[in-house]
Amino acid sequence: MSGKLYVARSSQVAARKLDDEMMIMSAPDSTLFMLNETATIVWETADGSTPLDEIVMAKICPQYDVAWSEALQDAEELVRQLAGHGVLLLSEEPLATASPPRSVQP
Amino acid sequence: MLELATPVNSSKVTIEIGGIAARVASADMAFLHMLEDRYAGFVSSRADADFDFHVDLGEAGVADPDAEVSVTQRSGCWTVERGDFRAEWEPATRHGRIRQSSNPYSIDALLRILHSLLLAKQGGFLLHAASAIRNGKAFLFAGASGAGKTTIARLAPGDVSLLTDEISYIRKSPNGYSACGTPFTGELQKLGDNISAPIAALYLLAKGPKNCVEPVPPAEAVRALLSNILFFAKDREMIGALLHSACEFVGRIPISRLTFVPDFRVWGVIE
Repeated sequence: MSGKLYVARSSQVAARKLDDEMMIMSAPDSTLFMLNETATIVWETADGSTPLDEIVMAKICPQYDVAWSEALQDAEELVRQLAGHGVLLLSEEPLATASPPRSVQP
Repeated sequence: MLELATPVNSSKVTIEIGGIAARVASADMAFLHMLEDRYAGFVSSRADADFDFHVDLGEAGVADPDAEVSVTQRSGCWTVERGDFRAEWEPATRHGRIRQSSNPYSIDALLRILHSLLLAKQGGFLLHAASAIRNGKAFLFAGASGAGKTTIARLAPGDVSLLTDEISYIRKSPNGYSACGTPFTGELQKLGDNISAPIAALYLLAKGPKNCVEPVPPAEAVRALLSNILFFAKDREMIGALLHSACEFVGRIPISRLTFVPDFRVWGVIE
């Protein structure tokens, strides 16, 4: 990747955390995604203004014993997969989300 | 003299499922009689109704229960379209219209969609599950086609009241969840008893070499539950409500996997 990659949560999904697993449900096709711990970190910090490499550096590397470059590569793959399903928005510029995703509280 | 059928009242039939009454009006008496037969046991004499639908009969297309259905909301009005019918209703006025040919399948689909939307707002849902009442408690048996819903229903002992072998009706109340009988049938082709009871347990069905009940972890239970909930609207608020409802349900109702041999002994492990 040459430039920064910004990630934001789509407004077309609903999310709820249950037993450390984040469940994301897509409104357009009712698909359910279950995110693991690292994917949940990316999801929770995807504010559209923090670049992915900074998220990985600040939130993932300190928590898991993993090299930054390796973690970033995995994170990029993850966000592109989720973006492909409409769960995340990706851009090389900061993103302003129109409305936050519906967060369902227990 | 014994009455064999409820008389049609002023070209309207009220179909009450789960305590929600939908009144269907039509100029075609034969169509209304067909509905009375189809929904026997769920035809209500209530003077008021929660929803009123006027049916315009015509050649609206071919009735195909498996066709893709479109459910959209615009300016407070819901529109439901499938190859064989088109319906619109306004929740604010509680009135709607449906255009369809003279068949029982179109309005059956509309009722499922209507109830799924109404239940979603109340924390309930329709579920691909057989359900039955025993000793005052309701038990749900969820699974896709072929999982054994109808088999479990067929194997029920004589003291069991069957609510449905296909689509279960789940209502939320301050005290918990209850299951209501439905006229939505599966292979059994038998309408459920029009009664309800508090839900004691939900079983995810699997056929196997022996009868066995195993608890299902919450996240897996939510995933399984959501995969069996009937839902049609591609609406973010409704999807959020659905996810919330599924998590709430899993938090309050024991969910287990029931692996079973298809014979009468399976009911011995259901409690």
